[in-house]
Amino acid sequence: MVLSAAERAAVRALWTKLGSNVGVYATEALERTFLAFPTTKTYFPHFDLTPGSAQVKAHGQKVADALTRAVAHLDDLPTALWALSDLHVRQLRVDPVNFKLLGHCLLVTLARHYPGDFSPAMHASLEKFLSHVILALAISYG
Amino acid sequence: MVHFTAEEKAAVVSLWAKVNVELVGGEVLGRLLVVYPWTQRFFDNFGNLSSESAIMGNPKVKAHGKKVLTSFGNAVKHMDDLKDTFAELSELHCDKMHVDPENFKLLGNMILIVLATHFSKEFTPQVQAAWQKLTTAVANALAHRYH
Repeated sequence: MVLSAAERAAVRALWTKLGSNVGVYATEALERTFLAFPTTKTYFPHFDLTPGSAQVKAHGQKVADALTRAVAHLDDLPTALWALSDLHVRQLRVDPVNFKLLGHCLLVTLARHYPGDFSPAMHASLEKFLSHVILALAISYG
Repeated sequence: MVHFTAEEKAAVVSLWAKVNVELVGGEVLGRLLVVYPWTQRFFDNFGNLSSESAIMGNPKVKAHGKKVLTSFGNAVKHMDDLKDTFAELSELHCDKMHVDPENFKLLGNMILIVLATHFSKEFTPQVQAAWQKLTTAVANALAHRYH
């Protein structure tokens, strides 16, 4: 399951379009994840999870930065995301099933904000990209 | 049995009223076949599924998508009784069509994403959560009679 040249180009082009709003969308994706999949909140007992929370916003920006890094390293995601994978396994100890839930909510967020860009082909490219990110994040789970 | 609050039911019913079942059904099934190409395994007799445009324009895909989403409309009408509502369909999907229930989850997520593209304003996180609950419950109801 490798991203083709066309799929990479599509993901990069969309990311350029998102510009400095990646943080806003990642934050919205997080809010959606907490509401749609309440079990994900168990990883954030120390957070204020009310809508508009500064903590969620800050975390959204962290997620956004990681995704932007991933887009810049499509040829070598495992290496680029190794440190993050280690963090999630050893320190945060997040069950990998949750990565998919956030990924899905990110797709919903992007579909909502960019319906005109969200063709089935773009959708497929993004889904593939996120699957690769999730694989790379889960790599140090053994 | 899944319990839907009054707010969740209202969120589902009000959005459903705006859905063009024929259009959205075709799009939902089409996207499933494009984004998760292995799901094409159930549709060998659908003709040309060789590209995104072939799939999205395929009349059999559109017709079947409409059928599937019409059936989903039944779920909206029977949110308190999904297991019984889908009992027969569950047996059919197991015994006759041999569909892995994992696919019901994938289709459910396609419904959500298509709703998000068509109803940007209405598809708030709360509305999504209600729909997420419904699609999960329908997927479980459809898997309930598997043996």
